[in-house]
Amino acid sequence: MDKKQKARELRAATLTSIYGAQSGHPGGSLSVVEILQALYYDVANIKPEDPQWEDRDRIVLSKGHACPALYAVLADKGYYPSCDLDKLRQADCHLQGHPDACKTPGIDVNTGSLGQGVAIAGGLAMAAKHNGRSYQVFAIVGDGELQEGICWEAAMSAAHYKLDNLVVLLDYNGLQIDGRNDEVMSLGDIMKKYEAFGFDCQAVDGHDADAIASAIRKPVSGKPRFICCKTVKGKGVSFMEDQAGWHGKAPSKEEYEQAMKELGVEING
Amino acid sequence: MAESKSLRVAYGEALAEIGAEHKEVVVLDADLAHATMTAIFADKYPERFYNMGIAEANLMCAASGFAYSGLTPFVSTFAMFGAGRAYEMIRNSISYCNLNVKLGFSHSGLCVGEDGGSHQSIEDIALMRVLPGMTILVPCDSIEMKKAVRASLDIPGPVYIRVARPVVDSFTNPEDEFIPGKANILREGSDVAIIATGLMVTEALEAAEKLSKEGVSASVVNMHTIKPLDEKCVLEMAEKCGAIVTAEEHSIIGGLGSAVAETLAGKSAAPFIRVGIQDKFGKSGKPSELFCEYGLTGSNIADQCKKAIAQKK
Ligand SMILES: Cc1ncc(C[n+]2csc(CCOP(=O)(O)OP(=O)(O)O)c2C)c(N)n1
Ligand SMILES: [Mg+2]
Repeated sequence: MDKKQKARELRAATLTSIYGAQSGHPGGSLSVVEILQALYYDVANIKPEDPQWEDRDRIVLSKGHACPALYAVLADKGYYPSCDLDKLRQADCHLQGHPDACKTPGIDVNTGSLGQGVAIAGGLAMAAKHNGRSYQVFAIVGDGELQEGICWEAAMSAAHYKLDNLVVLLDYNGLQIDGRNDEVMSLGDIMKKYEAFGFDCQAVDGHDADAIASAIRKPVSGKPRFICCKTVKGKGVSFMEDQAGWHGKAPSKEEYEQAMKELGVEING
Repeated sequence: MAESKSLRVAYGEALAEIGAEHKEVVVLDADLAHATMTAIFADKYPERFYNMGIAEANLMCAASGFAYSGLTPFVSTFAMFGAGRAYEMIRNSISYCNLNVKLGFSHSGLCVGEDGGSHQSIEDIALMRVLPGMTILVPCDSIEMKKAVRASLDIPGPVYIRVARPVVDSFTNPEDEFIPGKANILREGSDVAIIATGLMVTEALEAAEKLSKEGVSASVVNMHTIKPLDEKCVLEMAEKCGAIVTAEEHSIIGGLGSAVAETLAGKSAAPFIRVGIQDKFGKSGKPSELFCEYGLTGSNIADQCKKAIAQKK
């Protein structure tokens, strides 16, 4: 299937699950789709039929609130049945409001408390080297998330330990909950910051899965990598795009139907 | 008609109200102003509101700096990221120096619902309670929330105000006294005393109502202050009713149940049962479903009361 069509379908599945739950985070889920696509459908070395395979690449959604998009990807990849998405966030379902490795197959690390995932990813990358294993570790962070001091502690140690098996991917959508990053707490020049911390840095269009994948494939040795993926929060649904108000609220019936129409996906059932 | 209002809206409104009289009040948040409702204060007094971004450790220490400089900071974020993530900053940079910082943390407990176990703070009272000099207020409705915010101003030193998320029908009265450290007795009974806090106070009243239909007479105490605990009230209730049940939307370890147990230990042989989260984590689900599953309901409190009464010698 054409990648753009796949992205539309993943967005539709994501929104459908949030609509069904009547809670969740559409904005940051829609912006992260192509980053997940580049990893799960292209570069990452994974075996959906064997989620615990020891040599798999590890993928950490540090901005854990965007998990509805990740859940849609994991279902599509066959980690669990797609119908599980209908029960997102419900008391009898494994799909928690934030990723839970103890409950959901395919999730490597628990996240939801911002900043911790990227630091755990550093630990995974250190442990891979410690154990003489060659898998890579990918961490997906939000721009608001980077305000957490722990992200910079993690960046410092990643460079110190020369974690060239670690890739930090930033979903750079410019928004957080209370507004634009620049209004709430400016990030400054994020590329220069990561460069100063000792990372190999690249900037790409965050809605071009191929561009993200080839940035990840660029060979780098002796340094951790940072890929700044420029994205639009709420991407794919006109009225959600670039709106802080769509960070953490579910669409109404009319909004949902409108969104599905824009995504060109028929509503089932 | 009882007023229905979200406790966090009441919190935000209370901040805006005291802001008018108290120019020394400043409010700090961490990218959750529209969830903790400090945005209500920020709209009115933008020059006294500081968004610190998603950086809770810095948030607490910045508040400490304001307090060292004679201002009265109210600090807000979710209970998980305030009491939890920034715990040691609160301990060493606020509580240890007995600074006048008010901590109004929202989205405490299981009522966060769908966000799941990572966001459900069921240990914040325990964490705050072990800090010497920390006052802990857990309002049960929006009327009490407003009183608690005001009362916190008169308490020198750090105060933790636990701000639950849901919309609650107000059932306390504006004219009821609210004195930190002094429990409010909402119902007098003789067979068992239910000591409840926060969202569990209405459940306790429901339990008492249910029990009275079965011929059991229950006292209901609204323990809005967990620290300093009204020990006199607890001991009098144990003496008078001969059985105690505590109810809280928090782990049974370290919170109200523990505080009451510590008071009763060695002083009362009255049977004693703690209703609360039984040493496990929360999970995603509708708050009402989770409250049933975790036993945070009037009917479970009533059952536990009957058990406690049956244990009387
Ligand atoms: C430690 C911590 N503090 C606060 C929150 C509440 N929170 C959830 S998402 C969010 C905003 C995240 O913004 P960003 O990282 O830019 O995510 P995106 O725009 O990609 O959704 C906040 C403050 C949290 N989950 N964890
Ligand atoms: Mg963002």
